[in-house]
Amino acid sequence: MMETKIHIDKDIKAFMDECLQRDNPKSYLIAVLHKVQKKFGYLSPEHMDQVAQYMQIPTSTISGVATFYHFFRLQPRGKYAISVCMGTACFVKGADKVLESFKTELGIDIGETTQDGLFSLENSRCLGVCALAPVVTVNDKVYSNVNEKQVPDLINRVRSEEE
Amino acid sequence: MKKVKITIDDKEIAVAPDITIMQAAEQLGIKIPRLCYHPDLSLEGACRVCIVNVEGWRTFAASCATRVSEGMKIQTNSPEIRQARRDLIELILDNHPRECQLCERDGNCELQNLAYSLGVRERLFEGRRKRHDIERSSPSVIRDAEKCILCRRCVRVCAEVQGVFNLSQLYRGFNTVVAPAYEGPMNDSVCIACGQCVNVCPVASFLENRSTDKVWEALADPDKHVVAQIAPSIRAAIGEGFNQPAGTAMTGQTVTALRRLGFDAVFDTNFGADMTIVEEAHELVLRLEKNEHLPLLTSCSSGWIKFLEHFYPEMIPNASSCKSPMSIVSTLLKTHYAEKQKIDPEKIYMVAIMPCVAKKFEAERPEHRTDFGAPYTDAVLTTRELIWMIKAYGIDITNLPEEDFDTPLGFSSGAADIFGTTGGVMEAALRTAAENLTGKPLDNLDFTGVRKTEGLREASIKIGDKELNVAVANGLTHAKEILDKVKSGKKTFHLVELMACPGGCMGGGGQPYPPYGHHVLDREVLKIRGEALYHIDAKKQVRKSHENPFVKKIYQQLLKTPGSDKAHKLLHTSYHAREPRGIK
Repeated sequence: MMETKIHIDKDIKAFMDECLQRDNPKSYLIAVLHKVQKKFGYLSPEHMDQVAQYMQIPTSTISGVATFYHFFRLQPRGKYAISVCMGTACFVKGADKVLESFKTELGIDIGETTQDGLFSLENSRCLGVCALAPVVTVNDKVYSNVNEKQVPDLINRVRSEEE
Repeated sequence: MKKVKITIDDKEIAVAPDITIMQAAEQLGIKIPRLCYHPDLSLEGACRVCIVNVEGWRTFAASCATRVSEGMKIQTNSPEIRQARRDLIELILDNHPRECQLCERDGNCELQNLAYSLGVRERLFEGRRKRHDIERSSPSVIRDAEKCILCRRCVRVCAEVQGVFNLSQLYRGFNTVVAPAYEGPMNDSVCIACGQCVNVCPVASFLENRSTDKVWEALADPDKHVVAQIAPSIRAAIGEGFNQPAGTAMTGQTVTALRRLGFDAVFDTNFGADMTIVEEAHELVLRLEKNEHLPLLTSCSSGWIKFLEHFYPEMIPNASSCKSPMSIVSTLLKTHYAEKQKIDPEKIYMVAIMPCVAKKFEAERPEHRTDFGAPYTDAVLTTRELIWMIKAYGIDITNLPEEDFDTPLGFSSGAADIFGTTGGVMEAALRTAAENLTGKPLDNLDFTGVRKTEGLREASIKIGDKELNVAVANGLTHAKEILDKVKSGKKTFHLVELMACPGGCMGGGGQPYPPYGHHVLDREVLKIRGEALYHIDAKKQVRKSHENPFVKKIYQQLLKTPGSDKAHKLLHTSYHAREPRGIK
């Protein structure tokens, strides 16, 4: 085995053992990856290598599944997880421009994390607060009526709080 | 099985119920255009080029993936169908580089051929195109995702035929890309460098990592003594690159062509094969005596050896430690031959012409280096690369006189010739081992029990009072099968021949692309290429490796006996477990 930094813990191993007992164990791959992501926040190649060896599923297959589904994250979340709502109401009120602005300001794409580990960027489905559209959440905090010009300010505010 | 009656293009036909529309149409001489389909691989139905109209169906059906049923009325041609096929190809082309003249596959690209035959004469749209860099980390295979049309043949051959599962489709939609896990470099993956992805790719998304530039350079350098060696299977396949039928033996012409290209000496990998056999048969006899590390696993196929290191490292002690014929010829060239001929080995440039891209990897292995640090084999050309060089030089190979190899590394027994086809190494080893075991000459040299092209076969062979259980596997899915059987202990084997590629070297990753209308790795073509080698063998005076007079001479002058310390130093090597570990 490669030198691994992060070890899959007992709970996940127990779950994999359980899956391996059932019919067609490989069909539980997605469920296993969910557990890993829930525990570690994302799927690293080391995690996937360990799942591959334990469940005897080729790493290329796991990698294919993990990159196909948007739910799986391949990088750790930043300390501040920014999520732009792309629900219909937010979208028609310019959420796409807001998202673009975050991408340029932070220099990252959806699913990625800034080098300093401070910010990560995601988009979400409708959050149900359409009256406040467009909506952006940073961790649990909701920002309403955001437009693309406010984005640099918003980022700076978080940065200064951090300092 | 009860046949079903169907109608294809107004012709009635009764066919077996378990075949597809495409197969039924072929019985009527209708060859429906196709792209992602390959008869040896699972059905994909990705490209939709093979669509046909089935009466009563709402949409066109992909004929490769639709089974026939009673009373089906099928139309394979109409203006609408032809238009739809053309539209499909145009959509693929709109996301494909427009650089056919600069492409390695120009002239034998399946996409290009289809576009032509379906009548695509102009491109109407200029749309968004995927952009990817060419991935060149592997000495054997380069991956150009920009040209990929997502037919998944490479993914399928890697998983289904080779059992390697190195490639997969990553991401989704427009961003889909075929790559090893985590989109990592090929050289850092479980890729065994067999090059079957290169073989089955309809375009140029996978290609061998070219060595022609450095070979031209060496040939133009007057200070270099440039030497060629050609593998057994080249002589039976090279003709296909010059419109000769499969199985045309062209040994003599190839030698002449190589001399005209400027090689200072032309040797035969077969000589190395004879040496391999003498050493390997000795190894087998020793192991049988001691009853240890059985079965002996052959070690000539570099793709198989890399597979062993990634997937079955626990079985490394079973593998013969003998170098491959290529590396033996290269080693003897830069040691014994250089000394005898009084040539500075540092000035020798060895070019091995192989049906194989894994040999490019083998040549770079640190185990195969001279005392002065250079590789024993400086460059490996595939059959395809040599064909191209001969064409580039303007040599009309089909009209060349036949010349002989240079000696001493150019003389070989018939046993060496058959190395190029599946079962050949086994048969060659048995001819020598049988005489070693019984001390008596063999009456019948043809072990026909191992002469077949199926992927996996077992046989029991009586030698003296011993009964040897042997097995031959080609295609690594079959290797997995036999190794698992060995490990289970259900049956005792004594000797197992393993070849990475389907049909052995005949189906190697560096062999000529098939002519238009034929599919790659056609078992018939592989068989015909193999038969050419059996004919060469049957016509030879010397048919047993240990009777090769030049082999005998090398033992007298240099190595003394098979398995001696000197032989081990020069002709043997070692293997080690490799990361990442493969999933069996």
